[in-house]
Amino acid sequence: MLNTYTFPSYAYRPSADQRAAQIVRHPVVVVGAGPVGMGLAVDLAQQGQPVVVLDDNNTVSVGSRAVCYGKRFLDISDRLGVGQRAVDKGVTWNVGRVFFEQDEVYHFDMLPEQHHRRPAFINLQQYYMEEYYVDRIAELEGVDLRWKNKLVALQQLDDGVRLTIDTPDGSYQIEADYLVACDGAGSATRKLCGLESKGQIFEDHFLIADVVMDPKNFPPERWFWFNPPFHEGQSTLLHRQADNVWRIDFDLGWGADVEEEKKPENIIPRVRKFLGDEVEFELEWASVYTFTCRRMEQFIHNRIIFAGDAAHQVSPFGARGANSGLEDADNLAWKLVHQLRGSAGPGLLASYAAEREFAADENILNSTRSTDFITPKNAASRALRDAVLELARDYTFARPLINSGRLSVPALLTQSPLNTPDSDHFDSKVVPGAPCTDGAVRRDGEQDYLLSQLGNRFVVLLFADQPSEITAELLQHAAALNEADVPVETLVVASNQHDWQSFTALPVVIDHLAVVAQRLDGRAGSSYLIRPDQLVAGRSRHFDADQLQAMQRRALGFNL
Amino acid sequence: MALITTPNIARPDEFFAALTDLHRELTPAQSEAVNAKLILLLANHIGDNAVLAEAMSIAAEVRDER
Repeated sequence: MLNTYTFPSYAYRPSADQRAAQIVRHPVVVVGAGPVGMGLAVDLAQQGQPVVVLDDNNTVSVGSRAVCYGKRFLDISDRLGVGQRAVDKGVTWNVGRVFFEQDEVYHFDMLPEQHHRRPAFINLQQYYMEEYYVDRIAELEGVDLRWKNKLVALQQLDDGVRLTIDTPDGSYQIEADYLVACDGAGSATRKLCGLESKGQIFEDHFLIADVVMDPKNFPPERWFWFNPPFHEGQSTLLHRQADNVWRIDFDLGWGADVEEEKKPENIIPRVRKFLGDEVEFELEWASVYTFTCRRMEQFIHNRIIFAGDAAHQVSPFGARGANSGLEDADNLAWKLVHQLRGSAGPGLLASYAAEREFAADENILNSTRSTDFITPKNAASRALRDAVLELARDYTFARPLINSGRLSVPALLTQSPLNTPDSDHFDSKVVPGAPCTDGAVRRDGEQDYLLSQLGNRFVVLLFADQPSEITAELLQHAAALNEADVPVETLVVASNQHDWQSFTALPVVIDHLAVVAQRLDGRAGSSYLIRPDQLVAGRSRHFDADQLQAMQRRALGFNL
Repeated sequence: MALITTPNIARPDEFFAALTDLHRELTPAQSEAVNAKLILLLANHIGDNAVLAEAMSIAAEVRDER
């Protein structure tokens, strides 16, 4: 099918559930083995929670779907054991350029800060990402991944869900305490529930042409043209993926003849006109698409939880589909774990919906605005859009108005019920509800990054200048936190000014470049409580077990 | 700061003549482009979303035709 990629074929294996005399019950069943469903499964398994994953197919995503994976996706994938492989294979990029007609008008750097483990973005075909997640699942105990298992009927029970599943050996039933639907934009689960995802359909067609060409033709950057000479009146996006495959995305307008545009004899001259006569290329894959921005009204329906495209959908401009989908999984996994173990407060699972519905609204808003800028909906909008582009070349004020896709950054969940609002002043953008920043640190003399020290559990970052600040009283507080119902580990973020080698009472990272202290406005005694998904739950200028435990109870959904 | 809706331009006739002169030789499409650029330049100079929102709201009042 593709020249650069061979699709794996995963074996269907009958499960013992199919022969069981009684319907087997599982704590969690995930529908859909895409990046979101598999990310969730890996996350659950890593936290000791067994999970069954159903997929109606037996291979990875056919055709190239998601392309751009943002820093947050990569940070989560690091926690899930897939990040390095994705970064090694993917094309790292930080710079985007915008062209209007003939000229470059503006470029931007998505990650102006240094000393993060991960770049702003990598580009990678979705099938690679999925393959890496399949491989990761095979390394783990606890994920039962069932290919060629198609969900065909659903029944909500008082305390769970009963599923009917079709396989090559016929159908069978299982039950789940919780069912998580990660089955994409056309979610079968959603349809079986009689639920809808509502929003705006955009009257526009886009042509994707993936071509293979020599990488020296263009740098690994995101190039976006408004009204270019080779595609007048429309827009074009060029982006490099792995294997020297380049994604070209042409806006065709609503009047395009889709069947004609899909034919290689029409695509190749269009690409030729863009690249020029000298550039050799081969057409790898093509497709014409339209899109919608929409979401379900509620992401949780009793024991059925929706995540990723099944719950919300955006335009591709901004790379907010797969990125926000994995953020859903990241948000949900630890909450489900505590819910099933009985350690969750009454509001914890519901906070998944509150937090991720908020994030979906932000993504849809950004995606809709980008789309309206890229394809103006009337003459006045077009005149204003073109005026922005014309001014931007010479007048910097107009550059922030250019919107060729506001590229995915995680939503700051500042309104989350799980947050403890600040009572002390911090001069840091990493507010409660934001993902913790990364930063280069040293642990046990080795180079590492802060985020690698976090995740899957509650951690307090305690800033300290010198070991003498860690008094016996403070250690008692740390011990009390460690012995809480849900343990909180204290990690000292130590300044480089003093010798911490002989200090062993608590785990320590050395903030040798002072970037962590700077990014979190940390001074001696400052404490940040970090959730299992690496989000900041609360912070204080003092390290106090009672205060931090109250923050943690709130972050676990108690006392909301 | 609220939007100023009382007289604020030092030499009103001179300003209005300059504004209309801008369009004297232009096609409607060119005029639309000039107006668009002008709006953006002025909006950036004002820079205050609340003031801009007030101006947009007044500008959007469409009078019923007779």
